[in-house]
Amino acid sequence: MTINTLSQDGVQRQQMPCLTKMERMIISMQDPDMGIKLRNQRLLITVIPHAMTGVDIVEWLIKKFSISDEEALHVGQLFIKYGYIYPLKEPRNLILKADDSSYRFQTPYYWMSTRWPASELDYAIYLAKKNIRKQGELIEYEKECYNALHKRINHTWDFVVMQAREQLRASKQRRKADRIVLECQEQAYWLVNRPPPGTQDSIDHGPERRTMNTRVQLNAEFYKKEIEHNRISLARNRVKSSICLESYVKYCEQYQPHDPIMQGCLPSNPWITDDIMFWNMTSETVALPTKLRVERWSFCFMELLNDPMGRKEFLTYLEKEFSAENLCFWQACEDVRHGETAKIPEKVDEVYKQFLAPGASRWVNIDSKTMEKTLEGLKRPHRFVLDDAQMHIYFLMKKDSYPRYLKSELYKNLLARAIVPQETKKSVFPFMRRQRHSSPSPALATQTAEDDGKAKNSNSNSGTASRL
Amino acid sequence: MEMAAQPSDTLATLKTESETLKTKLEEERAKLHDVELHQVAEKTEALGQFIMKTRRTLKGHGNKVLCLDWCKDKRRIVSSSQDGKVIVWDAFTTNKEHAVTMPCTWVMACAYAPSGCAVACGGLDNKCSVYPLSLDKNENLAAKKKSVAMHTNYLSACCFTNSDMQILTSSGDGTCALWDVESGQMLQSFHGHAADVLCLDLAPSETGNTFVSGGCDKKSCVWDMRTGQCVQSFETHESDINSVRYYPSGDAFASGSDDATCRLYDLRADREVAIYSKESIIFGASSVDFSLSGRLLFGGYNDYTINVWDVLKGTRVSILFGHENRVSTLRISPDGTAFCSGSWDHTLRVWA
Repeated sequence: MTINTLSQDGVQRQQMPCLTKMERMIISMQDPDMGIKLRNQRLLITVIPHAMTGVDIVEWLIKKFSISDEEALHVGQLFIKYGYIYPLKEPRNLILKADDSSYRFQTPYYWMSTRWPASELDYAIYLAKKNIRKQGELIEYEKECYNALHKRINHTWDFVVMQAREQLRASKQRRKADRIVLECQEQAYWLVNRPPPGTQDSIDHGPERRTMNTRVQLNAEFYKKEIEHNRISLARNRVKSSICLESYVKYCEQYQPHDPIMQGCLPSNPWITDDIMFWNMTSETVALPTKLRVERWSFCFMELLNDPMGRKEFLTYLEKEFSAENLCFWQACEDVRHGETAKIPEKVDEVYKQFLAPGASRWVNIDSKTMEKTLEGLKRPHRFVLDDAQMHIYFLMKKDSYPRYLKSELYKNLLARAIVPQETKKSVFPFMRRQRHSSPSPALATQTAEDDGKAKNSNSNSGTASRL
Repeated sequence: MEMAAQPSDTLATLKTESETLKTKLEEERAKLHDVELHQVAEKTEALGQFIMKTRRTLKGHGNKVLCLDWCKDKRRIVSSSQDGKVIVWDAFTTNKEHAVTMPCTWVMACAYAPSGCAVACGGLDNKCSVYPLSLDKNENLAAKKKSVAMHTNYLSACCFTNSDMQILTSSGDGTCALWDVESGQMLQSFHGHAADVLCLDLAPSETGNTFVSGGCDKKSCVWDMRTGQCVQSFETHESDINSVRYYPSGDAFASGSDDATCRLYDLRADREVAIYSKESIIFGASSVDFSLSGRLLFGGYNDYTINVWDVLKGTRVSILFGHENRVSTLRISPDGTAFCSGSWDHTLRVWA
């Protein structure tokens, strides 16, 4: 979310939808019938009109949006941070308190969307007014800003002082209550737009978007391409919602037992109990996998292939069926597709020699049409030259070998032997936190083998790799 | 043959033609929309009381945290911040394991390599660089840095594809690109967005050939990595799209936007199928991710909160407080045991 510094009109509003929404809420909060009940508030010896308490704000929000106390307080807090509501008694404390502290709505003149960015000139005039009105009223950071501005816009300083004097003179002619209200409003505006150092800056919005460096030319060619894309999209085959959406219900249901956040995980969630058993039991090299893990391989072929242990088991099965070359071929193709560009020709050549050449030791059975196309493509090897062949073998495995694997003794046996971990009992002494053990970093170690002997164990702060 | 009176007339005509087609497209898409997601999910059990707490707080960044990514080992995290620092943590012990200072500020993108041996990052330097991670305490990580991607505006997101050898990037220059890490060569570029591209996500599909991107043009686009073509696009958000994430099955993706909504788009139905919003949520969603089963959608928002949505029923399940400034990034851990959020309050939090 950024504010375009170049314009302050409708373009800016479009880029800050949150401000528009906040303003709509603010307006409904001030609705004479449905809004917050405003009353007079005594500030020292003056009576300020149209004030409300923190509780009023929170309760209105709770009722309007059916949210909790906590959320209502949070939403109300945002109005103060962005300068739409300001506190009366402690103006520098931009916090919403859910008690009888007094607050007022900021006048639209000072809304962030109306006056952004806050102008240096205005700030100079404001500080000058403070300085003139009462010597020593400027606090430290304001003094610094004042001096910095004096240097920077020195050429207009006469104008600044003149404006300040004029505004002070005009304000003296107002009723005391009005004057105090206007001073409060102005002060609130500057507390938001020129926050004291150390406090949060609400108007900080991050790097600019849609700058001059966004080189997309919205020219004829761009629109022609868009038109072409839309034409193709129109002709697309779509599936009925009732069919598509049902699949999400099924997917969520199937995976729910595997979702630690939804249903917990056994023996326990390491982040909650500090016990890493779960990770040890689900690691790549564990001797016996968990039941959930083996079950998951039956959900779809990708699940089996994505798990290195599953892949190994499947390879074992294929070896028994004398079709292991299919999986090996598929893996080799993956390596080509995702590997270094420079190594592609040599990798493709290897694949050809091992899997595709007549009489190859691990020849894969691809249909003649695909084989012909692939062999032709090999003359000029590129990253995707093996895609068709790979896809053919993938679907072969998926439709044929995979279902048979799931029915095989190998799989059923493993499933029967697979572990269902016992739930970790909660610690008898709840105040004793378990030691959080380090784990070996997957990063490459440049240390020599001798150094390994010196590596520390357990949760040291040295950050070196440890051996568990 | 049509005689163009002025070049601007033709441009205006083309623009109108495109808009008309877009409207027709939405009409076509609506025709097959015979039921809402929450209706289909009526018989699904409602979610009970939802309690998630901060289990770890990672302190160490001296400035706004902008991006994070998990390592495949399920416990390490790389994070990047406004002051140019990129830190690798063992989030479980909260120890910092590596730190790199980038030569630029606003490092908006970072990613962990699948092998766990390197990280990629970039931001206002318009580049994406890869740093191999070394365990040698004396080695300066910056020395082995490899400059991979070069855009003409800020780098907004990056991620490795299925290996350490290729990186996908998105940029404020309005394009995405695929790069070969070793040579720095651009393998494919993706043009079609009308403004800054802010986010991307790789599809978890069988054939692994597509990814989705979202941008300041309020559009999300699905791309064919091989051909560089945009295969599907959606334009229903009302403001910048800050985050896109695939549903675990790959049949849909969610997006989070400055319009304060998250939306779900089904790729087979070719349309938006759900909106996750609430009147009390005014600020934009900066980052979204699904729980492992896809039942929950976590959204980090610019109002410092995290909203948790029931993807099927469309309702909000919980709101998580804790961060003291914008939540800028949010990712679920690889095994779904927790999620991590990064914020402008300089911290990262792991929730479970």
